[in-house]
Amino acid sequence: MADLHFLANPARFRRFSQRVLPGLGFATVLMLCACLYMAFFVAPADYQQGQTVRIMFLHVPSAWLSMMGYALLAGLGASLLVWRHPLAALMARAAAPVGASFAAVCLLTGSLWGRPMWGTYWVWDARLTSMLLLFFLYLGHIALSRAYDEPERGDRAAAILALIGVINLPIIKFSVDWWNTLHQPASVTRLDAPAIHNSILVPLLWMAVSLLFLFVFLVLLRTETEIDRRRLENAAAQEEGAPA
Amino acid sequence: MMGGFTALLARDLRLVWRQPGDVGVVLAFYVVAVVLFPLGIGPETNVLQRIAAGVLWSAALFAALLSLERLFAADHEDGTLDLLLLAPWPLELAALAKCTSHWIVTGLPLSLLAPVLGVAFGLDGESLLALFATLLIGTPTLSLIGGLAAALTLGARKSGALLALLALPLCVPTLIFGAGAVETLAAGEGLATHLAILGALALVALGTTPWAIAAALRQAGE
Repeated sequence: MADLHFLANPARFRRFSQRVLPGLGFATVLMLCACLYMAFFVAPADYQQGQTVRIMFLHVPSAWLSMMGYALLAGLGASLLVWRHPLAALMARAAAPVGASFAAVCLLTGSLWGRPMWGTYWVWDARLTSMLLLFFLYLGHIALSRAYDEPERGDRAAAILALIGVINLPIIKFSVDWWNTLHQPASVTRLDAPAIHNSILVPLLWMAVSLLFLFVFLVLLRTETEIDRRRLENAAAQEEGAPA
Repeated sequence: MMGGFTALLARDLRLVWRQPGDVGVVLAFYVVAVVLFPLGIGPETNVLQRIAAGVLWSAALFAALLSLERLFAADHEDGTLDLLLLAPWPLELAALAKCTSHWIVTGLPLSLLAPVLGVAFGLDGESLLALFATLLIGTPTLSLIGGLAAALTLGARKSGALLALLALPLCVPTLIFGAGAVETLAAGEGLATHLAILGALALVALGTTPWAIAAALRQAGE
């Protein structure tokens, strides 16, 4: 924890991120290329789902990352409210749209997969609905953090929202187990069957790791941009002679 | 400590009592919004019976949102909020008092009104009672979550639309189990499970939102 506190200083964080970002970006591109090749050409087609199983390589990691992203927002919110770390606010501002994008990718790929598999783009099943709610929570967070004239107020209001909204995460995680009886069992995602063959599981996990790299890369880059933006705004305010 | 709670609650109720039109507008909105559905969908009784609970519940949710924007805004503008922040009793209790008064003024009348409108949808007596019970247990949750959204958007640009964007997703579980209760009754199952879940949701909201509202109000007052 001490190390994370060390990075809470924006200037120090910026030096750190500038050192890390080029290598991280290079690694992300390499891994994504390799994993996409694995997912689309090396991994076999499923005997039941056929070629559509390849959608899962993008769908499942996006779902994981969008949930992880919201947990990150809640953690950042807590550290902003408890320790008043200025960096936490900037990083939450940077991370929310990235997480929302992963949630959107998850919903879109899910419905594209659902069409051939379930025969419909959308069912009002517990997991789909709670994922949609997560997407709305992201949108609320983004809108709220940008709704104030003083950005600090928006940051703190959004932090409180993130802490309340995090209740949704266990609901998403366990919705499939809790609401089996209320919904037709066919709509439960097939991946929770214990037997995923290694030829599918290994590329899936690699894909998850490379998308995690992408997530971290985007969040660090956007945080750096937020720091620069906040600095420029402060400099502009001072130049105007700040009639305090 | 409870003295402050009751004093604030009594003050808010007195303010509403002197302006009863504000409550009337919310109830009128509820009636008009609900009436639109039979007009838009058509008068087939079996269709209306099927959608009644969902329509009455969703419309109650929208009606409860209507009056939320002013819940803290008036106090914020005239300085009452600053006094509440300085008051020697916890701000969490003040938040709870505001939400309680919101529930008495909107949630309670909506719960009473819904079964009356349910008759127009052809619901039987048992379903009407279920509708009343679920709304009575569910609407406090809406007031608490809505109070949080109102506190978070206090002083924001376009706070009305933002308030709905924040509150509605958080209210979905209450809506699902509230409207679902009437449906399970039609399927011949008991109400107890759904009422218990609604009660649990209300308790979770009661145990979390007052603190979150107080935190939001504190940073609005800074």
